[in-house]
This record gives sequence, structure tokens and C-alpha cells, in this order.
Amino acid sequence: MTDKLITANHLGDGLVVFLTAEGGWSYQLADARVIPDAELEDALRHAKAQHEAQIVVDPYEIEATVEAGVPVPVRLREKIRAAGGPTVTYGVAEIAERAALRSMQVE
Amino acid sequence: MYRYDEFDHEFVTARVAQFRDQVGRRVSGELTEDQFKPLRLMNGVYLQLHAYMLRVAVPYGTLNSAQMRMLAHVARKYDRGYGHFTTRQNIQFNWPKLSEIPDALAELASVEMHAIQTSGNCIRNVTADHFAGAAEDEVADPRPYAEILRQWSSLHPEFVFLPRKFKVAVTGAERDRAAIQVHDIGLHLKKDAAGRLGFAVYIGGGQGRTPMIAKKIRDFLPEEDLLSYSEAILRVYNLNGRRDNKYKARIKILVHETGADEISRQVEEEWERIRHGALKLPQGEVERIREYFAAPDTLQPLPPSPALAVERAKDPEFDAWVQRNTHPHRVPGHVSVTISLKPIGGTPGDATAEQMDLVADLAERLAFDEIRVSHEQNLILPHVAKSDLRAIYDELLVSGLATANAGLVTDIIACPGLDYCALANARSIPVAQRISQRFGDIARQRDIGDLKIKISGCINACGHHHVGHIGILGVEKKGEEFYQISLGGSGDENSSIGEIIGRGFSTDEIVDAVETLVDTYISRRETPDETFLAAYRRLGQAPFKEALYGTA
Repeated sequence: MTDKLITANHLGDGLVVFLTAEGGWSYQLADARVIPDAELEDALRHAKAQHEAQIVVDPYEIEATVEAGVPVPVRLREKIRAAGGPTVTYGVAEIAERAALRSMQVE
Repeated sequence: MYRYDEFDHEFVTARVAQFRDQVGRRVSGELTEDQFKPLRLMNGVYLQLHAYMLRVAVPYGTLNSAQMRMLAHVARKYDRGYGHFTTRQNIQFNWPKLSEIPDALAELASVEMHAIQTSGNCIRNVTADHFAGAAEDEVADPRPYAEILRQWSSLHPEFVFLPRKFKVAVTGAERDRAAIQVHDIGLHLKKDAAGRLGFAVYIGGGQGRTPMIAKKIRDFLPEEDLLSYSEAILRVYNLNGRRDNKYKARIKILVHETGADEISRQVEEEWERIRHGALKLPQGEVERIREYFAAPDTLQPLPPSPALAVERAKDPEFDAWVQRNTHPHRVPGHVSVTISLKPIGGTPGDATAEQMDLVADLAERLAFDEIRVSHEQNLILPHVAKSDLRAIYDELLVSGLATANAGLVTDIIACPGLDYCALANARSIPVAQRISQRFGDIARQRDIGDLKIKISGCINACGHHHVGHIGILGVEKKGEEFYQISLGGSGDENSSIGEIIGRGFSTDEIVDAVETLVDTYISRRETPDETFLAAYRRLGQAPFKEALYGTA
């Protein structure tokens, strides 16, 4: 049995957000409200209203399990979204990572 | 290169102001997402997996140093210090804030850049051979025609709401480096027996979920008829292309369902009606545009460089780079240089702001101020004196841009995949990185020779997997990433769509599978000169299938 979370993108910066217990939105997965099936409909209605109020873009429900008190999305796509960025390093960090790898190989 | 005239400047500036107003109304809540989405798409703004994404047009892949520096500046100021060069010769920024995008566009406009028609159901950025205007084997520079097409297609009122997006590519050489046969319109610039310039015209090619090789509908279209003929093609498509099903809306489906002969007849009929009208290109106008693309006067023949020969003999790594990453130039003593954006284990097509600045500096100081983006997600310095190669190499080396792998197994095309893209089903970048690491040894890469691996994270095929010698398509199967392999694809003058070899491979298996294919090729090739593609075409699927699945 899985639980549900509601996620969307923030209108202003486009970043991934989760519906919180207070009815607001957080960039942190840990703040996400874990929604029992019976309450999902109401929560989605609230999220839709937030979309219409131009706060977030296109909210939708995702499946999650709760592990050690923290919700974890089931699908890989949602895991990647929840992590707030790609599964690979990028930009300057990527170059630094490759340089570190090379120096390890040399040693 | 092309310089904006007064009209261009006014048009782009007005567009930024218009979009600024639209963004303002969206952020203030006046516009809904449904109202705003088509407006943002017309300005290259997507909402991706993690954030908004801004796609900036690089017309026919040509940039000068000021423009490259501006891209670096945008990466720093509005993004996270990097950008991703795409298979359509554009650049994408992955993290801009919506409210700041109009400022970024205003800054881009100051160096004659924009994001218009990089998205939506319109005629997209026209692409061209990345060695255009430089290649030894070229009949003529295709970019003046790409520019003429750009001017004609920019906000063309009749073609702003096509059934689906529309992509045009132009090449000026027999050797097709622009993949024209997998475009909606592919133009091959050539000369007829009398020495006149014109085009072989291909239509209805494309990748995506229904890959098709284009059909040639005209062997020679005189230069002056370029726009009237293009307009006739677009009219036939706009009128008859399907609007009931997004997946059947591209011109390739129309050509396939109607038949190339019938489409050709309809195009010719429409063309006959309009060919003597306003769209006939005056020779003076072609010449005027061509002048913008004329090589600099200082690009003059040079004698062979004895210093280069000495350096190559002294430094095998430099020698390997010269051998792989330079291309013959029409002016003696010069070459075109490929700056690989495929470091071993890196993200294909990504460049940091610092790297962009370095390329801009090199272009300005040593390469006649010209840079290209290739559809293979590398950067090109089209005009380089051979005597400057060592200096350029040394600076590239320091910045991690001197990987000597152009056209080799680690020169992989990959779409952003599930790491960034809202449409993707599987990741592409980590697979590319692991394949790159597996084959990282340069001696082994050189032994394998020319081999194009192309990876897409979904059926939309932005990673061109259909035309990869080895194509890899990521799919989702029971919640897991799976990778389907196709072999024998090619996007050159002998284009072909790759054939699926068999069941897919898990994330853990895919790199081994690619290595098995490569080892099979090595053991079965007739000579070291027989490329992977040639060997596959000779041998067929059987030995590769057997090596992968043991189904003898």
C-alpha cells in the first residue's frame, strides 16, 4: 500500500515543490504531506485552486512510501524530481569531479 | 556572418518587450498557465522536470566571439554556470527563473540573438553543415540560403500554426554533415551541368516515434526558386497535414500516407502558381546576403607549417588530436577544428561559462572570430591556420576541451533524458558517461575507428538514436529503465534508420552489450579500415545478435 504526495512546479522559479501539511508548498521532500487515500480528493482540489491562484503550475499526485518517517517517491522520474536536480553532477562541479577522478587514477 | 539590419533589431527588441509584458502578467496572476504556455513556447521557454528551460537559437550554428561570451554571461548570471549545446545547433539553459528570462533575452538581443521559433509548431532554426564556408569538399556555402530561409520563415503569418513543428537543414557538400535526409525539408546545395547553383530537395524525413528517410522530390531546383518552392511545400503540408493526431502530424506522415509522387505533384502544382511572384529571389539579394558570409580577407593560403610537423612528431597526444579533430579546409594551410564537448565520462554537449569564454577568446585571437555549434554537440573553429594548432590545443587542454575523439566511439550524442526532460522515460547522460568511460582509452578508440553512438531517453529521439551506428533508446519497463539497441542507422548522404536488434538491456547490462557489439565488429571486420557501419551493412544483424543473445 502506497501513500500519495502532491507535487508541482513553482510558478516563479519553476522548481519542484511539494504540498505541505499546512497547505503551502515546500522545495523539500521531507516537508511533503503524506496523504491517505480518503483525503486525496480534497488535497487535489486545494492544489488545483493553488494552480488557479497562480502560485504553482500543474499539480499532480504521485505515489510514495514512507521510509524512516520520510516520504520516498516510487517512480524514478519522481525520485529525480524530488532530488531537485539531475542524477549526474553538472557545470563546474562536473569538471571538478572528473579532475578528482583522474588524479586518483594517476596515484 | 550575418549582421542584423534596422528591421531585425527592431523586431527582436519589440519581441523582448512583448514577452516581458506577458511574463509580468503571468507572474502577477493575470494569465493562466493555459494562456501563457503557447506564448512562452513561442519564445523558447519550456517547463522541464526541475525548472524552466530557455532554448536560445544559434541560426545555422554560427556564432562570433561576442555572442559566445554573451552565452557565458547568461549561463553565469541567469543559470548555474553552464549550458547544453543541442543536436539542433542551439543552446539550452536549464535553470532560469521565469521572471528573469526577459532580462536574459534583452541581453541576448544586444548581440543579435534570440529564442524566437526555437519551439512550437512553426519553422524552427534552420540548421547547416558545421563546416559550412570552410570545408574543402563544399560546392558553396549553404548558410546564405539558411539565412534567407530564416528571414522568410521568421513569423511568417501563414506558417505560425502548422500542424506540427517543421525543421529544415541545408548542406553544401556531397558529404552530408547536416543529416538533411532526416529533416522535414533537406536541401542539398549543388551545381548543375551548366554550373548554376541550385538544390536537390528532400522532404518528409524525420526521427521521433515514426522514423523516415526523406524522399527526394526534385533533383535540381534553381537557387532563385528556393523560397517559392519552400512556400509551396509548406502550403501543401499546412493544408493537408493531419491536425487530428499529434503523433501523425509531421510532414513525414503526410508524405508517407499520400505517397511522394502525389505530394511532389501537389507541390509542383502550387509552385507553378506562385513561382513567378514576389518570392523569386533577385540575384542581387542573394549576393547581398552571401557577402555577409564571405570569409575574412585575411584568410589567405599559407605554406605548409614545418613547426606543426615537428610538434606532431614530438607529442603523440597532440598528433592524435590533430588527426581526429581537424577537418580539411578549402584554403591551403588551414583546417577546421572540432572542440570536443565529450570529455571522457562527461555530459555530452555541456560547456561551462569559463569554457565558453575560452572558446570565444580563441576564436577572437586565432580563428577569425568564428565559432560553430555542430549537431553532434561539439563546437567548431571553422577557420584555423595550421601554424596556430599547437597554441589552440595547449589552451584547450588546460580547460578540458582537447579530447581527441571527434567521430570516435566516445563522441556520443545524448539528449538530456530523464535527468532534465519532462518527456523522458529513462536517463541518457549516465549511460553516455559509462560508455565513454568503458572506451576511454584513446588507443582503443582509435583502433575501433569511426563509430557513432546516439542515445535518446524517449521515443521522441532528440538523441538521434535512429541514425546512430549504434542507437540506444531508453524506455521504462515495469518502473525500471531499459535500453533498446538498434544497429546500422546513419544520418549522412547514405542515410538509413537503425534496426532494433532484439530485447532491451537493463541499466547494468547496457554498457557490456555495447562492448560486445564493438568486440564483435573488431573480430569480424575485414580490415581495420572497414568501419563499424560498413561491417554491419556487409554482415547484417546475425553475428551481432548471436554475440548478444547467443541465438545461433
